[in-house]
Amino acid sequence: MYTKDGESYFIVDAHIALWDARPENVRNIQGQQFIDCFYDYHRNLSPESEVWSKEEYLYQGGERLMKDLFEDGYVDHAIFQPAHLGEFYRNGFGQTEEAFALTQANPGKLTYNHNFDPRNGEAGLDQLRADAERFGLKGVKLYTAEWHGDSRGWRLDDPMAYRYFELCRELGITNIHIHKGPTIRPLDRDAFDVADVDHVATDFTDLNFVVEHVGLPRLEDFCWIATQEPNVHGGLAVAMPFIHTRPRYFAQIIGELLYWIGEDRIQFSSDYALWTPRWLVEQFVDFQIPEDLTEYAPLTTAQKKKILGLNAARMYDIEVPAELRLPEADETETGPRQPEAADAGQMATV
Amino acid sequence: MTVTASPPTVGGARADDVRRALAVVMDPELDEPITDLGFVRSVAVDEDGGVEVHLRLPTSFCSPNFAYLMASDSKDVLVALPWTGRVVVQLDDHHDSDKINAGLAADAGYRGTFGHEAEQDLEELRETFRRKAHTAAMERCLTALLRSDPERTPDALGEVVLDDLPRGPHLDALVRRREALGLPVAGTSPVLVDHNGVQPDDVPMALRRARSTRISIDGNAHFCRGLLRTRYPGSEDDQVHRAEGAEPADAGHDPTFIPLTTLTTTQTQETTR
Repeated sequence: MYTKDGESYFIVDAHIALWDARPENVRNIQGQQFIDCFYDYHRNLSPESEVWSKEEYLYQGGERLMKDLFEDGYVDHAIFQPAHLGEFYRNGFGQTEEAFALTQANPGKLTYNHNFDPRNGEAGLDQLRADAERFGLKGVKLYTAEWHGDSRGWRLDDPMAYRYFELCRELGITNIHIHKGPTIRPLDRDAFDVADVDHVATDFTDLNFVVEHVGLPRLEDFCWIATQEPNVHGGLAVAMPFIHTRPRYFAQIIGELLYWIGEDRIQFSSDYALWTPRWLVEQFVDFQIPEDLTEYAPLTTAQKKKILGLNAARMYDIEVPAELRLPEADETETGPRQPEAADAGQMATV
Repeated sequence: MTVTASPPTVGGARADDVRRALAVVMDPELDEPITDLGFVRSVAVDEDGGVEVHLRLPTSFCSPNFAYLMASDSKDVLVALPWTGRVVVQLDDHHDSDKINAGLAADAGYRGTFGHEAEQDLEELRETFRRKAHTAAMERCLTALLRSDPERTPDALGEVVLDDLPRGPHLDALVRRREALGLPVAGTSPVLVDHNGVQPDDVPMALRRARSTRISIDGNAHFCRGLLRTRYPGSEDDQVHRAEGAEPADAGHDPTFIPLTTLTTTQTQETTR
């Protein structure tokens, strides 16, 4: 919990990882490039005081994670969203066993989401059943640009992916976190396009689809789809740290999200260990839309409370102290609407 | 910039020629020349007209389709120069560097480079981003108009024609984007149109959608610039300032930066270029 100026905020960090990118786990140059890329994100967007050494960045371990999140970072509950990246890292990037053990050792503080890859076919479906039972899964993290043999990406509306979503439905895995990446087959099209989210969200209305990075670098495509589909949510992973060096960009992202999808479907995350939650929480509570951006209303304390924790807590049935709860807002003026109506109004690309 | 193996004057002139040629190669996603973004890492020319250009990108994991487009477009413009002989374009430090560089060296084309991952071509991808570039340019003009005239409401923007827009870089940029899409550029042409020239029924909604596109492009353009500077120290010297979406933090690496009170209002922003 974070308290400032008499207001208390329940904090859910909805996207964290316990990764291992130490040399002994790196399989190939892509594995090295991947963590280098993360480290550049970290160095580029962090306040100077929050920049870690490269060595610290490669691996944190459970103890450090608990300290960064729960002792220093004001976090009440955090959710693992592991990326597998088996083609880049010998034992995978996200450390399943270590993260799950940490979850069990700290009851009530952590939720472990796992991942699946529809290219694993029938065997993967059996594995998902086993994983759901073992981990008690409520959610999964899907990275569509995962490399897999000679395939370097998949789409959420691939027929095999539908089999997996049907199984999720059966197993009570209701929260599907989606992370778009640069590769997908065919390369003819934009890999960051979120049109496939539109299809699955329409066909699986009983599942929640949380688009991480709020669709960035395609915020506009994400907003348009999310406004039509009430079960599409926005995760602020990687969007949050813009608050420091690019506060006007951040203000516009938040302003657009509030306009298109409203205050009840936006989830805070630090994307730990890309960044740490402490400074992000502090800066977000202090944040205000610059006055000259008159197209946006000022952010309210209630909106901040929802984004920082209450929204994710609701999705994951995390117990929130009664005095910190808030009621849901009305629908936004843009929706949600029926997908058919929206698509018929084809002002699509303007 | 490295200029090697030729008399300085000739080599220097030809290296400049190379850079001028590369200035028409656009990052389709960011809608800017690769030369302004600092993506040209080095240029080397020799006395036989040989050219070797190295390109660099903000991350190893920038989309390979965009990376390929910029690299292959670069090779095309250099081969088209009258004096060039052997032209080598290399993309450095990318997860697909080997694949793309081999494809470029063999003139294998898009499908020859990516094999089963390539279906037809990258024209649809280019077109998608030409439309987004137009959308963003249109929004900049209309939002500037709204802010300069408090009497004007978003609903009335559907009636605005090109002649109503103040002259300046925003209008020039819009006209270029319209030409790229084959849209009319007569002064009486309505400004708020989609890529087919169709005017929207719901004007405020169309403006809102266009705004989210503009925010995305400006935000990405600056994030990519920043990541390039982090990845390649010194690359800021090769970057041209982007006024759209600039923030006070940019002053540190951009001597021409002038703090602005708004992102989108004034025409003076682009004079800093």
